[in-house]
Amino acid sequence: MSRFTQNSSRNLFYGGSLFFFFVLIGLTFDTMGGLSKRDHRENITPQVAHGKRIWEANNCVGCHTIMGEGAYFAPELGNVYARRGPDFIKGWIQSQPTGVKGRRQMPQFHLTEEELDAIVAFLKWTGEINNAKWPPNVEG
Amino acid sequence: MNYSSQSVAKLYFIAAIGLFVGQILFGLILGTQYVIGDFLFPAIPFNVARMVHSNLLIVWLLFGFMGSAYFLVPEEAERELYSPLLAKILFWVFLVAGALTIVGYLSVPYATLTKITGDDLLPTMGREFLEQPTITKIGIVIVALGFLFNIGMTILKGRKTSISLVLLTGLVGLAVFFLFSFYNPENLVLDKYFWWWVVHLWVEGVWELILGAILAFILIKLTGVDREVIDKWLYVIIAMSLITGLIGTGHHFYWIGTPEYWQIWGSVFSALEPIPFFMMAVFAFNMVNKRRREHPNEVATLWALGTSIMSFLGAGVWGFLHTLAPVNYYTHGTQITAAHGHMAFYGAYVMIVLSMISYAMPLLRGKAICNGRKSQTLEKWAFWLMTISMVFITLFLTGAGILQVWLQRIAETPMSFMETQDQIAIFYWLRLISGLFFLVGLVVYIKSFFVKNDEFVPT
Ligand code: HEM
Ligand code: HEM
Ligand SMILES: [Fe+2]
Repeated sequence: MSRFTQNSSRNLFYGGSLFFFFVLIGLTFDTMGGLSKRDHRENITPQVAHGKRIWEANNCVGCHTIMGEGAYFAPELGNVYARRGPDFIKGWIQSQPTGVKGRRQMPQFHLTEEELDAIVAFLKWTGEINNAKWPPNVEG
Repeated sequence: MNYSSQSVAKLYFIAAIGLFVGQILFGLILGTQYVIGDFLFPAIPFNVARMVHSNLLIVWLLFGFMGSAYFLVPEEAERELYSPLLAKILFWVFLVAGALTIVGYLSVPYATLTKITGDDLLPTMGREFLEQPTITKIGIVIVALGFLFNIGMTILKGRKTSISLVLLTGLVGLAVFFLFSFYNPENLVLDKYFWWWVVHLWVEGVWELILGAILAFILIKLTGVDREVIDKWLYVIIAMSLITGLIGTGHHFYWIGTPEYWQIWGSVFSALEPIPFFMMAVFAFNMVNKRRREHPNEVATLWALGTSIMSFLGAGVWGFLHTLAPVNYYTHGTQITAAHGHMAFYGAYVMIVLSMISYAMPLLRGKAICNGRKSQTLEKWAFWLMTISMVFITLFLTGAGILQVWLQRIAETPMSFMETQDQIAIFYWLRLISGLFFLVGLVVYIKSFFVKNDEFVPT
């Protein structure tokens, strides 16, 4: 009796996890299939791709969220293009840090004009991804 | 300790505890910056402190897992470790690589670090938790391969038990899913999708196998309950972990551009994810109640039972709280997430490593069976101080999160992010104070290793 149940518990583990691993693979294939309609990848220009590199190279996600993922210290940026527009974003990055005493500070990254445009292009593209209408409002 | 090669575990455990201290100090810097925004700025910007905090956490847990494996596997396999020398070499490689990475974070701007480490050749940096330079990531893979080889050969040449096989499966899975950290496409949606194959499939997948195996090992040692019974529980628990957790990954695919059917798949399966954690708690208490011996290492039993409860609370209850898509729509990426992340990591993975250290370290230090009364009492104090502080950290962050969601996302005239942060500052102060108590607990924990003339005397 106890022999039997021990075997069946092991089989439940191997069978169950293998089965659901393949379900995950299947769903992943399906996701990949239809994704281009939602992510608008045709709009990922070299400039957008460059913008993502700048986003990563400066670890922006270490303070901000993007589509709700990242750190919770500073505002959501997945929709910042809609909230603030391109000129505000560039001006903001250039004028950091504010140096206001006691306030949270964002570093100065010394980005060139071309890099600023790339970051803006990346954030604009991100904002256009169809992500089920998240966040709930423009404040992020 | 039955095999002399188990002693390599000691190095790993000492490093783990040292890095744990670093993690908490940087946690306190973060907590301070939450309320005094320009604290240590520009020397240590928030993002830098955060990388140090989270990466130290992951690295010390990995040291803890490896140390646990080096202690556990020879005992289960009933033979010496395949190569204690390799274990020692890999230890130093991993420690030096880890230390250099942290020094890199702290000494140059991150953009400089990406440049000097050649991130443009194979860009993998600048993503949450995966901030390490690409060369560090490659180093991690090499260390993992050497480690798996060492452990695998030991098991292969010795007795094969369920516990060591489950542990090995979990560790192999850890290494395999880490490989997704090298995939960083230009398309942010794809990037995010497979980023979760590292992060979610670790903590809600293969790491649960490691957790289950270590817990089962400790319970066998402490309670003397039949291996047959324990094995059966172990397999059912980890079966439930993967059955629910694999598709449960979908709870991260609601709002990142992936198809909307994930809201259903993710909600249904992740809502079942608390089951294995619940079973683990029932398992641990059952085994301790059915114990066939009174093991004098009381504090190790306390840690093991504590792990089972706190992981259920942090992962199970706090995970369930925000996992259903209609709830997550409002809570996604708020302090609720941070609350859950803290209690889940602490309750499951910090506590299981500390449980193993509590059981193994006295043996590794040449004690006959366990520490004496004085050091055990201190360690119990540390257990309660750290655990209760973590409960408070979680509660205060949850309070902050609920208000944040209300003010910023639900109220009729929503406040901006920064205005909202000002409104909830009191919770951040309270979290910081709780964090200081956590540090006190950690200091007491370390003191418990240095109690003099405190041999265990059987009564
Ligand atoms: C003194 C105690 C601690 C304090 C004050 C503290 C503070 C913080 C802060 C402020 C953040 C950044 C949140 C953000 O992104 O805005 C953070 C992140 C994090 N901390 Fe801690 N921490 C402490 C202890 C711990 C412990 C013990 C653990 C592990 C068990 C831990 C695990 C994490 C994790 C996993 C994250 C990332 C969370 C996420 O992405 O949701 N922390 N911590
Ligand atoms: C020990 C196991 C677990 C650990 C260590 C853990 C840790 C974490 C961490 C650190 C995050 C934040 C990730 C980020 O930075 O974006 C997170 C997010 C999340 N976790 Fe867990 N978790 C565990 C188990 C669970 C379980 C069992 C559930 C569900 C029942 C769950 C539900 C969630 C959800 C829904 C999110 C996304 C939050 C958001 O939308 O912002 N977690 N978890
Ligand atoms: Fe998850």
